[in-house]
Amino acid sequence: MELVLFDAFNGLIQGAFYALMALGLSLIISLNSVINFAHGGFMVIGAYLAFALAPYIGFWGALIAGPVLAGLIGILVERGLVRWLYGRSDPVYSLLLTFGLALIIEDSVRSIWGAQGVPFTIPSALNSPLSATYFFITGYRVFVVGAITLAAGALFAFLRFSSFGVRIRAGILDLETVAALGVNVYLLRAVNFAIGIALAGFAGVLAAGVLQLSPTMGNDVIMATFVAIVVGGIGSLLGSVLGGLIIGVAAGITSAYYPVASDVVIYIIMAVVLLVRPRGLLGQEGLFE
Amino acid sequence: MSGPVRTTERLGWLPAPVLANVVIWAMLVAVPWWLPQVGGYTALGSRILIYALGAMALNVLLGFTGMMSFGQAAYFGLGGYGAGLALVHLTHSSWLAVLAGTALGGLAALIIGALVNNSRGIYFAMITVAIGQIFYFVAERWDAVTGGQDGLTGFSRQPLHFSTVTVPLDDTAFYYFVLFFFAVGAAIIAILLNSPLGHTFVAIRENRRRATFLGIHVGRYVWTSFAVAGLLGGLAGALNALQNNFISPENLYWVESGNFVIIAVLGGMRSFWGPLVGAIIFIGIQSYVSSLLPTNWETVIGVLFIIIVLFFPSGVLGFIRRRVRPA
Repeated sequence: MELVLFDAFNGLIQGAFYALMALGLSLIISLNSVINFAHGGFMVIGAYLAFALAPYIGFWGALIAGPVLAGLIGILVERGLVRWLYGRSDPVYSLLLTFGLALIIEDSVRSIWGAQGVPFTIPSALNSPLSATYFFITGYRVFVVGAITLAAGALFAFLRFSSFGVRIRAGILDLETVAALGVNVYLLRAVNFAIGIALAGFAGVLAAGVLQLSPTMGNDVIMATFVAIVVGGIGSLLGSVLGGLIIGVAAGITSAYYPVASDVVIYIIMAVVLLVRPRGLLGQEGLFE
Repeated sequence: MSGPVRTTERLGWLPAPVLANVVIWAMLVAVPWWLPQVGGYTALGSRILIYALGAMALNVLLGFTGMMSFGQAAYFGLGGYGAGLALVHLTHSSWLAVLAGTALGGLAALIIGALVNNSRGIYFAMITVAIGQIFYFVAERWDAVTGGQDGLTGFSRQPLHFSTVTVPLDDTAFYYFVLFFFAVGAAIIAILLNSPLGHTFVAIRENRRRATFLGIHVGRYVWTSFAVAGLLGGLAGALNALQNNFISPENLYWVESGNFVIIAVLGGMRSFWGPLVGAIIFIGIQSYVSSLLPTNWETVIGVLFIIIVLFFPSGVLGFIRRRVRPA
């Protein structure tokens, strides 16, 4: 029983990461109409930035600075590259551009910090188990789940209650009208892109404490994130969170009973969901097609 | 509405004029003579043809049906495993191995196509790439059959037996073996695209809604297009396995799918020969840069992707065509 709980809890953490990644990716798909293949790469950037900065500003400083710097890089990328794609309806271009970007990021990280994984130390206060029986529930893991919940909650509050957030949501529904009403949609899209990237960076910093850092750590996460979004329904932020949690927990439980299939199970879930609901759990017909 | 000639010009997807075709085929036949002269080697020519065939197959779906598939590596890789496993367990015939790989790729595409043919746009792209990953993980984990992460070894391409002679498949002979299948694949695609079926594909690309209103069962045609792309992708993958005498899960990974898309886009995805041009440039650069910069060649490829997307969205052939014949 402990083992199953252990795997389920691991799955929950994994799912929380997927959910956070999927939230950012979903925001970018919705408003920027870009499938960001480099999202995993930005997660890696966030993680390595935190790794590089932690010796100087500590874990807590890095937890803030990593995502913020990743977001700033996101703005540069959006202004420099991504915005040229806005007029093009074919998704092939955004896929290829961000795919190239992902290659460059992975290669650069490998050149700067090496291909080998590097360890990332977290405060010892967070590292001790909270319970003798459930040894796997360390403070850090609880903290990760809490931090991701907080970040997701803050994002939803921002979109719901701030005027900028409301404009983002309006822009997702009808960007042309929003532009006609005098909103600076260039700024809107740039900031939206940066928020998405910052969420990926935040996921990266948190992941750095659980996994070892490596230049390729984003590759498998990006695919799982895609699956989370498809399962949840493209365009639905809540769906992304739901999709991420479902596939994370499913992968965790599968690894308790049938470890060989733990990688494949998320794709099987996706196939089943698509058969039953072609637009995902919370997706709407006609959106993004 | 203008006449058929004008339509041909505007769509520009009919096979290039006869002269260009003759030149292209003559160049391809003569590769073992001229490629070493310009610093290449014959096996590189085989590799280019294999990737060109895989990308031309994808392009039926991508460029002509307008469906953004990011999962071509699945069928390419399955073709490779099909051919490899056939040689390990079943047969000593290179022909049958190629056939087995092609059949496996086609069968998989037929099944997956049934699942995805009603998706569109971004959904289609994300679903095809995610489904492709299933095959990657199966190949990576199923050690007993696929050799797992290390890939499948223990097979090699077998000499071809004709009635009186036996031809060992050295580099040059293998090149012609590949060229034969490339010609078969290209002919199938050309005939297909010039048939009413191919015209329907283009109609779906140009205006899916109107095609639906005309009574075209769009999903069924997308399914057909998907199956053709997978079948010929499997053929290319089988040849790839024979070329390397090895097949690894890397050939199933989504990065490989991206390579096929960039090959098609680089050459020009609205052109019949676009993927061949793309493969020449992409595989050429890949082999040149990876020997020049063994550690950082991925950055060069990434920069290439971005340059193509930003500055040559219609590919090399599209770019040339616009220069020659301004719209």
